[in-house]
Amino acid sequence: MTDSASQPVPQQTFKAPPSRLREFWSSFRENRGAVIGLFVFLGFLVVALLAPVLAPYAPDAQYRDALLVPPFWQEGGSTRFLLGTDALGRDLLSRLIFGARYSFFIGLIVVTLATTCGVLLGVIAGFAPTWLDTLIMRLMDIVLSFPSLLLALVLVAILGPSLLNAMIAIAIVLQPHFVRLTRAAVLTERSKDYVTAARVAGGRKLRIMFRTVLPNCLAPIIVQAALSFSTAVLDTAALGFLGMGAQPPTPEWGTMLAESREFILRAWWVVTFPGLCILVTVLAINLMGDGLRDALDPKLKRS
Amino acid sequence: MALLEIRNLSVEFATHSGKFRAVDGVDVTVDEGELLAIVGESGSGKSVSMLALMGLLPWTATVTADKMEFDGHDLRKISARARRRIIGKDITMIFQEPMSSLNPAFTIGWQIKETLRKHTDLNRSQRQDRAVELMRQVGIPAPEKRLQAYPHQLSGGMSQRAMIAMALANKPKLLIADEPTTALDVTIQAQILELLTDLQRDAGMALVLITHDMGVVAETVQRVQVQYAGQRVELQEVDGLFENPHHPYTAALLAALPERATEKRLPTIPGVVPGQFDRPHGCLFSPRCRFADARCIAERPRPASADLGYALCHYPLIDGLPTGKETAA
Amino acid sequence: MLSFLTRRLLTFVPTFIGVTLIAFAFIRLLPGDPILLMAGERGVSAERYEQLRAQFGFDKPMWQQYLDYVWGIFHGDLGTSFVTKKPVLTEFMSLFPATVELGLCAIILATIIGIPAGVIAAVNRGKFFDQALMSTALVGYSMPIFWWALLLIIVFSGWLGWTPVSGRMGLMYFINGPTGFMLIDSLLSGQSGAFRSAVTHLILPTIALATIPLAVIARQTRSAMLEVLGDDYVRTARAKGLSPARVNGVHALRNALIPVVTVIGLSVGTLLAGAILTETIFSWPGIGKWMVDSIFRRDYQVVQGGLLLIALVVMVVNLIVDLLYGLINPKIRKG
Repeated sequence: MTDSASQPVPQQTFKAPPSRLREFWSSFRENRGAVIGLFVFLGFLVVALLAPVLAPYAPDAQYRDALLVPPFWQEGGSTRFLLGTDALGRDLLSRLIFGARYSFFIGLIVVTLATTCGVLLGVIAGFAPTWLDTLIMRLMDIVLSFPSLLLALVLVAILGPSLLNAMIAIAIVLQPHFVRLTRAAVLTERSKDYVTAARVAGGRKLRIMFRTVLPNCLAPIIVQAALSFSTAVLDTAALGFLGMGAQPPTPEWGTMLAESREFILRAWWVVTFPGLCILVTVLAINLMGDGLRDALDPKLKRS
Repeated sequence: MALLEIRNLSVEFATHSGKFRAVDGVDVTVDEGELLAIVGESGSGKSVSMLALMGLLPWTATVTADKMEFDGHDLRKISARARRRIIGKDITMIFQEPMSSLNPAFTIGWQIKETLRKHTDLNRSQRQDRAVELMRQVGIPAPEKRLQAYPHQLSGGMSQRAMIAMALANKPKLLIADEPTTALDVTIQAQILELLTDLQRDAGMALVLITHDMGVVAETVQRVQVQYAGQRVELQEVDGLFENPHHPYTAALLAALPERATEKRLPTIPGVVPGQFDRPHGCLFSPRCRFADARCIAERPRPASADLGYALCHYPLIDGLPTGKETAA
Repeated sequence: MLSFLTRRLLTFVPTFIGVTLIAFAFIRLLPGDPILLMAGERGVSAERYEQLRAQFGFDKPMWQQYLDYVWGIFHGDLGTSFVTKKPVLTEFMSLFPATVELGLCAIILATIIGIPAGVIAAVNRGKFFDQALMSTALVGYSMPIFWWALLLIIVFSGWLGWTPVSGRMGLMYFINGPTGFMLIDSLLSGQSGAFRSAVTHLILPTIALATIPLAVIARQTRSAMLEVLGDDYVRTARAKGLSPARVNGVHALRNALIPVVTVIGLSVGTLLAGAILTETIFSWPGIGKWMVDSIFRRDYQVVQGGLLLIALVVMVVNLIVDLLYGLINPKIRKG
């Protein structure tokens, strides 16, 4: 025994364990795609916030002398309108920059709405007596048995086509996923010892539901929220494209696409750029969401 | 001539924190029809050396050896395709977890017949006959019915029998059994061991039994190879090993057997097998050895002579006492 | 299997009732008088108004209206289109094959590319192919398909001129075949060039519609494969001396398929949602375009009936997927 003690023992200093946030960040940072996604996302956010400063023109200013001008690098284009103009002579770049505002606004509102309702219902279902649980879950099954976009479309038909209604409709369509996820997480957490301990200690039911259990279910909810952000942007754009979302002349990317559809074979740029913006935003959010999932939920990591 | 001869086999795994040497200069020799046991704690590299032989290690593993020959084939130079003609036919292997080692998506019969289809020219009905025969051979009742069963419908013991049937399908020259009874109930363990040794004797194939259970060794095998931390520390005939272990580790393992306990309290070996970061410089067993001295910590031992069981020790034991200590000092 | 089937069918019933309730509620939730809404700007005379009210049963109490509605459903009566005056079910049936044809082609394309791609990526995990493939899959997964469809049109129809812009069939052909599937009917019709025309019309919509399911299937296959590649039975298969193709493609894939089939089944809903956009863009005469057109035409009987029928299709497909799941997962089949 003394022999082993005389062995050179590797020096080890114990630092305080990293805080949860730091631990999360170091694990998130490993994922190159996620970091790229984060920076692109932040870039779009800055553009959205500074839109009035960055945009060379007002989004609805029409220049009758310059209809369907191509981007500057193409023949006939000029640096006056970097990405060209649309059929009404509006500067495409300015409209895209202002469009970023709408996309973030949409994503934020829809996700907040869907998450709040979904998590609330999910926690209730997880703690409720069987009949209420069954009722809530059946309701969610019913909502999920309609293709999401179709249901959103029909809801907008009821509510009337506008950006706000489109957002409400998409939030309604998205929230069953949150309900299911939250309920599943609550059910696993609820049977754990610390919850029993809280109950034995005489914690009030509401407190146990929202202060004891819910914080431990947050990881998958955050991931779902991030991924829902991209769905929200995508689906609102789709509704806008179908003429059921934001109405012209709002510079919302989907609506811009819809307006320019008839020019697809004549002016590729009016179609290409708004879609590209949607794609890059959605891609950045999905990259980030994948990274979030890997960092927050080691069980799902594996790959 | 030996059926299987491995000289100085080493296996290294690339990990996030550098290389980890799981097998360190191990020799294995198996003669035709012989029964050899490889014994050691978990982490002693006994499975890894056999998986290396089979070519079943993941790509993170680097295998080096001075010699790796089976039945006249040099397994170091052989192509993957040629190796696959030997693996599953002449060398087969069964594993620790019979339940998860069978594919849950296919019937037992399908899985047995698959190996027949791969390595023989038997036609469909011949394969069926052979499968039934094999099932009977390993003592599975109602073989025709069991062939159509899925793995989850079989008990652990039955699954291991099915695995053995699959391993025997092509009349292998060497069967490697990697802890075949560890996951099974105690009552089943004895049955499976008996089945394996009977089959080995009747079929005249060689059997390598990997185990951590000295009790299993005592009852079944001819020769025992003791491994520790990726190294072979002793190789002896089973009787000699039990009577007169030459390596302190073997002695400690034997002393830990309840059947051989002389004191009230069962002796244990303090500490654990060294891992990636606490590998001693000298003898790998030195931190846990009760005979170890400064030389053991500083210097790597070399294998002793054959009559001392090739013990990898500076002071091989004879009758439980270290030898050569005075001269060394 | 039988008890599994029964249990599954039992959850089908309340969901079906819920779906009928939603479809029923739809017309009554519309702001304003549904009949005036349906009549549109032209308006109706008071006499005609009463007649319509009686025809739709709006004068009866709500519960009776609902029972009548469900009664109608079981007799195949889903109302009549306000615009075409044809029964909704008849319209649906005449348009449904077009959507099925497009959807089937898309799902087949997504499966035959997505599964092998996922398998190869998993087997070559971390290498270049894997990274390239997964990046592409993520782009596909993030694709706004209404834009993607327009891009395809710009490139393949506009610049290259290889494919037609829209529709199902060239104008010079008249195909009204027995199956409703243009690929089959055009072959049966014997008109030269008709099949070719059908194929060229189908290519772009299929690619557009298949993109997201393809990405989802490839990603899911890869992660399911990674999950099973470390399993013991895969090692057993390799210990048998089987070729890597057989080990990965039969032993591992067979088990990885179980979650993948679920994903393929779930993508039917995505597919129908995608069909709404794809069909609108390519003027594909299927139910997606029909629904969008009906919403714009305020043909609410059609919207109501279509909503119900589409939800039914999704539910039936989910049921089939569950049964299929039982078929490929022996533990459920016999357990």
